[in-house]
Amino acid sequence: MDIYLVEAVINGVLLGGVLALLALGLNLIFGVIDVVWIAYVDLVMCGMYVIYYLYVGYGWPLPLAGAAAIVGVAALGVLVHVLIIAPVLGSAPINQLLATGGLLYFLQSAATLLFTTDFRNIGVRLPIIEIGDIYISFARLIAFVVALVGAVALYVFLKHTYLGTAMRAIAQDREIMGLMGVDQRRIYLITSAIGGGLAGLGACLLALQYDVHPFVGNTFGPITFMICVLGGLGDMIGGFIAAFVISQIIAIGGYYSSNDVSYVLAFVFFILLMLLRPRGILAR
Amino acid sequence: MTTSPTMLSLSAVSAGYGSFRALFDVSLEVAAGEAVGVIGPNGAGKTTLMRVISGLIPISAGALAFEGRSLAGLPAHRIVERGIAHVPENRRLFPRLTVEDNLRIGAFIAQARRHYSDRLAWVYDLFPRLRERHGQLAGTLSGGEQQMVAIGRALMSRPKILLMDEPSAGLAPLVVQQVFDLVHRIRAEGFTVLIVEQNVAQVLDVVDRAYLLEVGTIRLAGTSAELTRNDLIRRSYMGI
Repeated sequence: MDIYLVEAVINGVLLGGVLALLALGLNLIFGVIDVVWIAYVDLVMCGMYVIYYLYVGYGWPLPLAGAAAIVGVAALGVLVHVLIIAPVLGSAPINQLLATGGLLYFLQSAATLLFTTDFRNIGVRLPIIEIGDIYISFARLIAFVVALVGAVALYVFLKHTYLGTAMRAIAQDREIMGLMGVDQRRIYLITSAIGGGLAGLGACLLALQYDVHPFVGNTFGPITFMICVLGGLGDMIGGFIAAFVISQIIAIGGYYSSNDVSYVLAFVFFILLMLLRPRGILAR
Repeated sequence: MTTSPTMLSLSAVSAGYGSFRALFDVSLEVAAGEAVGVIGPNGAGKTTLMRVISGLIPISAGALAFEGRSLAGLPAHRIVERGIAHVPENRRLFPRLTVEDNLRIGAFIAQARRHYSDRLAWVYDLFPRLRERHGQLAGTLSGGEQQMVAIGRALMSRPKILLMDEPSAGLAPLVVQQVFDLVHRIRAEGFTVLIVEQNVAQVLDVVDRAYLLEVGTIRLAGTSAELTRNDLIRRSYMGI
C-alpha cells in the first residue's frame, strides 16, 4: 500500500477531530437554542488572539493562556446570547441569521482594527513524529486527542447530568420545561457558555497549527457549517461523523490532486448528499 | 376533609390570552389531602385554569395562593419549587428521551435531586411497568404507559399537590379506566389532587368535591355525591 496515502488518511483523521469539536459546539447551540451562530468560528478567532497575546505578548505559560482562552470565549458566548440572540429569540429565523451574520462582520472588522491584518503565529514548534516512513504532526495528534476528550466529556455531560438531560429535552418541548422546574433562560446561558468554551478549546488546538489573523474564521467557517448540515443540523452524532467524512475527502483528495481541488471535491460531495439525504446523513 | 387547612386557593381570578379572556372571577379552594375535580365542556377554560395555577399564564385580576403565600408573578419553574406539579394535557412527554430520562427531568429542581434514587425506586414501585420499560424511548410507549410516565415525571419533583389536566384524553375506553385506577392509587398515597376532566361520571367517582366550569366561570360546586345527584350535571354531562 502507498505509504503517502496512509499518511494522508491519518492526517485526515487528525484534522477531523478539531472539525468535529467545532461542529459539536455549533450543533449544541442549534439543538438547544434553535439559533445558528453564523459567527461561531469567529469566536474561535477571538480565542486564538487571546492565546497569542497572553502567550507571546505577556509571556503566560501556554496551558494557562489556553485556559484563559476557553474561559474568555465561554464568557463571550454568554455575551453573544444576552446581547444578540436573546432579543431576537422570538422573531423570524432570518432575523437571527442576520444578527449573528452581523456579528461576524463586527468581529472581523474589530479584529482588523485592533490587531491589523498581519498573520501571527504563537511560534510553538512541536516535533514531527516519524513512524517508519510516515510523518505525523504532533500538534495535529494533540489536537485530535484533546478534541476527542472534549467530545466524550460533552457526551457524558449530556447523558448523565440533570442539566444535560434538560438540554437534550428542551428542543422536544420548550413550553413544558417550566413545569419541570427548568428555567429556560438559564439553560440557554449555560448552553452558550459551553458552546463558547468549545470554540475556545478549538482555538487552543488551531493556534498550535495555524497563524491567527482576522479572517481565519473564513478558512474553517464554511467547512464547519457544511459538516453540521451534512450531519443534520442539531444532530451531534451525525455532525461528529460528518466531520471525519469531510476531512477524509479533503485529505485523500489532496493526496491525489491538490489541496484546492480537495475542497472542491468536499463541496461537490456535500451538494450530492444534500440531494440524496437533505436532512442529514443519519436522518431516518 | 374541609377541616384541613386550605392548600391552594384562587379568589376571583381572571386570566386569558392577549385580549381574549378565558377565566372570569374564578374562586376555588383545595384543602390538604383532598381530591378536587373541575369538570366542564371543551373550551370552558379548564386547561387555562391549570396553566394559571402553574404559572404558564399570568393572572390579570384576583389572587392565587398556595399554603398561604401568593403565587402571582412567579415563573413556572419557581412554582414547581413550591410543591406544585402539573401533568399537562396530552401528557407532553419528551418522546425521543428514554422513560428514565423523562423521570430524571421531573426531578430537576434542587430539592428533588437530593432524593432522586429513592424517588425513582418509589415511582417504579408505583408503576412496575415503567421499571420494565426504563430504557425505552417514551414516544414508543402505549397511551396508558405514557400517562404513567407523565404522572411519574410529575411525582419525581416530590410535590405537595398534583394538577392533572385531562389524564384520560385520547385514550381507549379500557385504558381510561386504568388511568382512573392510577388516580385512585395516587390518592391512596396521600397526595392532594386537582384534576380536570371531561369524563364526568368517572372523575366524580375519585374526587371528594368538584366544580363545574362553564364559559370561564364556576357554575356549580359541591361534593361528589351532591353533583352526582344534580339534575343539570346528570342531564348535560352524564347523559342520564
